Amino acid sequence: MTGAFYPRLGEKVSRARLDSGLEIIVVQKPYHARSYAFFAARYGGMDMRFRLNGQWLDTPAGVAHYLEHKLFDKEKGSVTQIFARNGASDNAFTSSAVTAYYFTATEKFYENLRTLLRFVSEPYFTQEGVDKERGIIAQEIRETEDDPDWQVYAGMMECLYKDSPARVPVAGSVESIGRITPQVLYDCHRAFYTPSNMVLVCVGNVEAERIAEEAEAILPQEGGSAVERDYGQEESPIPNRAETELTMEVSMPMFLTGFKCVPAGRGEAMLRESIIGDLACDALFGESSPLYTRLYEEGAVNGSLGGNFDMLPGASYIYVGGDARDPRRVSEEIVRQAGRLGGEGIDGDFFRQLRRAAYGGMLRSLNSFENIAISMAEGYFQGFDYYRFPEIFDSVTKEDVEAFLRLNVTEERSAISLIHPKQ
Amino acid sequence: MTRQSLMDNVYLTHIPSEKFKTSFMSAQMAAPLDSETAGCNALMVNVLSRGTARCPDMSSISRELDLLYGARLEPTVRKKGENQIFGFVASCVDDRLLPKGERLLEKLADLLGESCCAPATEGGRFLRSYVESERENLADLIRSDVNDKRAYAARRLMEEMCAGERYGVRRLGGAEDVEKISQLRINRHYRDMLSRGRLELFYCGSAPRERVAGAFTRAFAQLPRQGELIPVPTERRPAREELRVITEEMDVAQGKLCIGCRTGSMDAPATMLMNAMFGGAATSKLFVNVREKLSLCYYAGSVYHRLKGLVTISSGIEPDSYERAVEEILGQLEALKRGEWEDWELEGAKQSLLSGLRSMEDSAGALEDFVMGQAVSGGEETVQGLINAIRAVTPERIRQAAGEVRLDTIYFLTGKETRP
Repeated sequence: MTGAFYPRLGEKVSRARLDSGLEIIVVQKPYHARSYAFFAARYGGMDMRFRLNGQWLDTPAGVAHYLEHKLFDKEKGSVTQIFARNGASDNAFTSSAVTAYYFTATEKFYENLRTLLRFVSEPYFTQEGVDKERGIIAQEIRETEDDPDWQVYAGMMECLYKDSPARVPVAGSVESIGRITPQVLYDCHRAFYTPSNMVLVCVGNVEAERIAEEAEAILPQEGGSAVERDYGQEESPIPNRAETELTMEVSMPMFLTGFKCVPAGRGEAMLRESIIGDLACDALFGESSPLYTRLYEEGAVNGSLGGNFDMLPGASYIYVGGDARDPRRVSEEIVRQAGRLGGEGIDGDFFRQLRRAAYGGMLRSLNSFENIAISMAEGYFQGFDYYRFPEIFDSVTKEDVEAFLRLNVTEERSAISLIHPKQ
Repeated sequence: MTRQSLMDNVYLTHIPSEKFKTSFMSAQMAAPLDSETAGCNALMVNVLSRGTARCPDMSSISRELDLLYGARLEPTVRKKGENQIFGFVASCVDDRLLPKGERLLEKLADLLGESCCAPATEGGRFLRSYVESERENLADLIRSDVNDKRAYAARRLMEEMCAGERYGVRRLGGAEDVEKISQLRINRHYRDMLSRGRLELFYCGSAPRERVAGAFTRAFAQLPRQGELIPVPTERRPAREELRVITEEMDVAQGKLCIGCRTGSMDAPATMLMNAMFGGAATSKLFVNVREKLSLCYYAGSVYHRLKGLVTISSGIEPDSYERAVEEILGQLEALKRGEWEDWELEGAKQSLLSGLRSMEDSAGALEDFVMGQAVSGGEETVQGLINAIRAVTPERIRQAAGEVRLDTIYFLTGKETRP
């Protein structure tokens, strides 16, 4: 167990790597009432094709998410009930690259931690249980069909990518989940839920040594081997399609414009890239940007305009959108402004202002145990220590952000997804 | 925690804490929720957020906030019982994490005070263009609630069930009412609110009370004080004699079923626990039986509207499962009325409530919301007091609380039948 204090953040962190390869990260928060544990596997919706025991396996879309649902069901019922009886509130999510299980509790932390570690590492799948879950997940998928925010995003990803599984919804489709069997779930659990492919992050007034002991006692001693994954052919920098549109029950037109960016590297380069990408978004369409204020003052957009820089395995992109009466015009303005910033450069005073705000925003995000745990886990999976962000931040220059915009935020790399209201 | 009077009809709540990365502050006014003024109050804070005399437009406000290390200042409008509270919440990185003795508290408090008392004006009135664009944005925002079908259905239930009551008024008012607000009216309304409204100030962070009181006193020195607007007590009504069912059709894949009940019980701790057992916790009957065992709903939960005495249920179902879902949901409530539950159901509900209450101290925003709720309803409850009260609830009181819940209105949003 090693400990480190991060003076610029006022945070204390202990780390341990078990013999099995499991990484344990404990962030001390001695004055908080609640404690939080987050157990994650580097396995997400994009990991559909991979090699297990020398053999390439193709799995249907939605397995990671289905597996997440099914792990909660045990012979004696849902694990959620066990957490609830012990005063903990549990949940889980599946993203493109990560599946995570977590709970928050104000009492009985270690008892709940044992429940967490056991239920995630001990699968119990029956044909009957798997069939029953299909209805529940199909409902979840159908609810997304009515969700315009989700639809506009899914449309954009389908436009941006051709081969990358980034274009496939994490939950899959009603059709694809029809092909999921207990055997598929067992195979994927065996491949990805190995200690060496997982991380346990705890945040709160908790003891690192004791957490390591509990994990050592409960989890398998065998680490498992690294899983090779196939994310499809290398993508062209040009989107698959320039636009897509849909009509839905919405009150106003919606749009999401995507920019297909050069995929990020690993390690601290990735953390640095994420800071640069975020600053590029701030400079281009953030609330204090000249473009945002102008479009808002003209009435072309309302407060819903926003976006972000996202990094998935082999697929990085910027998305920006919201409600607008004339979404195409707003999208064109954004593309044009990106060209201007890349060409003429960002005003020096404006950049210093953005830097300050962005740094403050990163400090602010440490109020959230959830944010801390996700950032720490992603950092571990990608080979960096998230809490080094102040030092990385110091190294980012205006020129970095301008170069990023010139390279990535161009008309050729953009695609637009539109939703029109039903008349 | 302390609450002190800072000036006439102005109160400051101070919660010292060093565990957050940010300091949190809030300035809120309260007024009775009314369809005539709900939209005015919402529009007013949005117009105020557009600019102050010192920072007269969005880019100068954003610049000021950015330079305060990404400080935030946001207009807020909330419904607390039959009152509406509105104003601004603000937060900034705590001074102790910033380089060389930066002091953000005073600067952000100033901006907060200016946003309330010293807006950007033209001839003593709000800028016409700000009023026009915020009016349009607000109306669009109100209409956009149809985009989120869960929230839309829950809102429609409330509107139908509490038609004619203050509680049935939407948090931001109605879109059509907002569109009718004139320049003259919004300016008058603002001057009236500013002079008569009770102002609740809130701070949670590392600064001692004296420093905070000093900063706020300076920031709000221009606040005119004349007359006094008092929040109203929330009125309760018995359930209607005959159940009312409203069905609406839309082009949706999943149906949304919302059920509204009223309760006359004044035993809030017992009703909180009863609701947690019914549909408010992961061990609840709706979650375990209706969702998990019967797979009848993708989600099903209930909310206790404590001040108003309502219990509302929200669920997502297949459009053709309507009859069965209603029957099963109400059946679970009947089971509670008969006292049918196992020990773990009660224990799980209790733990869930207690854990939620204990966790409040870990969130400055949650503490602020609690404090504002108390201030408006005139309650003098503490979080710890509520924890103790919930611990003391007996099974008999839960049964009685369930027995007071009466069905009032059902709202069902369902898909359109598509014909070729």
